[in-house]
Amino acid sequence: MASVAFDTSDGKVEALRRMLLARAFEDTVQDQFADGEIPGFVHLSQGQEAVAVGAGSALEKDDYITSTHRAHGHSIGKGLNPNRLLAELYGKETGYCEGKGGSMHVATLEEGMLGAQPIVGESAPLATGAGITAQYNDADWIALAFVGDGAVAAGQVHEALNFASTWELPVIYLIENNLYSEGMRFDEQHNIEDLADMAAAYGIPGKIVDGQDIEAVREVVSDARERAVAGEGPTIIEAKTYRYRGHFEGDQEPYRSDDEIEEWRSERDPISNYSETLRKEGIMTGNEYDDLKAEVEEIMIDAVEFARTSDEAPSDVAYQDVFVDPAPEIEAHRERLAREEPDWGAY
Amino acid sequence: MPKTESSNADDPVSMTVREAIREGLREEMQADENVMLYGQDERDGESFEVTSGLYEDFGERRVRNTPISEAAQVGSAVGAAATGLRPVVELSFANFIGVCFDQIMNQVGNTRYMFGGASKVPLVLRATEGGGVGAAAQHSSTPHTLVAHLPGIKTVAPATPAGSKGLIKTSIRSDDPIMFFENKTIYGERGEVPSANSHTVPLGEANVARSGEDVTVVATQRLFNVAMTVADDIVNDASLEVIDPQSLYPLDAETILDSVAKTGRLVIADESPMSYGFHAEISARVVEDGFFDLDAPPQRVGVPDTPIPFAPGLEQEIMPGNAEIERAVRRVL
Repeated sequence: MASVAFDTSDGKVEALRRMLLARAFEDTVQDQFADGEIPGFVHLSQGQEAVAVGAGSALEKDDYITSTHRAHGHSIGKGLNPNRLLAELYGKETGYCEGKGGSMHVATLEEGMLGAQPIVGESAPLATGAGITAQYNDADWIALAFVGDGAVAAGQVHEALNFASTWELPVIYLIENNLYSEGMRFDEQHNIEDLADMAAAYGIPGKIVDGQDIEAVREVVSDARERAVAGEGPTIIEAKTYRYRGHFEGDQEPYRSDDEIEEWRSERDPISNYSETLRKEGIMTGNEYDDLKAEVEEIMIDAVEFARTSDEAPSDVAYQDVFVDPAPEIEAHRERLAREEPDWGAY
Repeated sequence: MPKTESSNADDPVSMTVREAIREGLREEMQADENVMLYGQDERDGESFEVTSGLYEDFGERRVRNTPISEAAQVGSAVGAAATGLRPVVELSFANFIGVCFDQIMNQVGNTRYMFGGASKVPLVLRATEGGGVGAAAQHSSTPHTLVAHLPGIKTVAPATPAGSKGLIKTSIRSDDPIMFFENKTIYGERGEVPSANSHTVPLGEANVARSGEDVTVVATQRLFNVAMTVADDIVNDASLEVIDPQSLYPLDAETILDSVAKTGRLVIADESPMSYGFHAEISARVVEDGFFDLDAPPQRVGVPDTPIPFAPGLEQEIMPGNAEIERAVRRVL
């Protein structure tokens, strides 16, 4: 999906619509997971939409993102198709990865999603590698790695930052600081207030942005993108944000209070606040907000129908795509496991 | 510069394993603009001078030094490979795969599969392994079975110059991720290599280097050379068939089974620790599919599950060599 310009009324409304879609997607996953329709486990990102969509709005179609275990919002922000994304969560053949990846492993290179990486920190080296390709080919696209605040405690993130800085790669490392690493508070994980301060150690810019303000996020990512395309190297952006749901669905959340969650929801919700802004600016009038909401809800009703009615991939798919050129061992083991009788050759 | 061109393109050329890998890299870099090399001290030829001269020939864009960051080296190689390059990443001593094992196991091996074939990952990871040079425990291990065990990665460990050149070229051309294990003690071993630019060795193809009737010896890397020597030494007592598997995964089990069908006896020599490793895999394949061809239990020759000690006498104590292979052969005769 191409970038969204926020200097027009249409662009601003589109940005709001995308945030609403990301929210509706997550709300749907929450409900369908609770109903037992979605297998495995899921990590939701309601409350962080301005980061995902703000960044996605600043990127071009050919840019790549890498993501984390909390990847749905980033995927919607990059413009992925909600039907195929939800079908992947349902484990269906029509999903982006034929149901072999699920919520935590979504990738579609054609749409600029290089991969969700649920091992904390892995999104950073992966995006660094895409940056190598962009630089090697003198291309005009870049890579953006979403990393959580928890990932900044992981060594490979620092290796990636140092590597990218040394090579001046066109990569943006966008730290979504939602204040919690799994169930651990920020100050249990880090001894500094602002993770963006690390940038000094790599000799690159470190920007802090209000992660609940989509226009601010878009602007800072856009600036970092310009710098990257100009060959000036990577940027660290720390977006201060908050997730409303637990680390995973089912998390009892003993580590924080209901009051804290309610305070963010009521005062700092990125969608409510932005719709209010657009109303005040006279950009959105009348029933437009309700219409947008109804539109994304309709999209999600269709997506659920699509996912439900899609088939699971046939069993052969379980054996495919380990390699481009298959290793004979896989079929040989499969065949042996299926044998009903001994096959001892000529004996 | 090794002599790599001859008046007749089909004439074999004598070169070392080191030169063979270097020339394979050079030819593939010439053939494909998307091939690039990076690693620590890559510009200066790395610790064992394998890539010496390539920086001078190909320049900064294609031969680059990295920070000492194995995790970022491997993780970035996945990203670079998925987006169109063919990175050849050098990890120096194979023990250092411990530093980036997450990337090897979870990224390199899983990426294509978990994304439903959305990307291919045409990368080569090179690392040098093996004891015998007084480098002690953390620079002497032979951990290739750890990698061969992982789904989604093809693993090679050639023994000869011809195998080394042919397999590095095939590995670079492969659309799948390959871990290319070198042995630091055989870089100087010399042998005949077909001079033609088209010389390659397919993945999963063993080399029956010496034909024999009495005992099949499957031997890798340094121990392949040792096995060839033992075969000469005991020629009056037994006729050995010596097989260099070249690829660990996929494995050319068929060639090994055919050989055991002829000899009825099997010795497996590999410098990795003896438990849960390459030796066990070869034994299992032969027992599964050639049990009734066996006239004696298969014999394992390897390191007896110890780290590699520093002191020369102690290192020699645990390093398998001529005596261990010869005893194993004589046990089954």
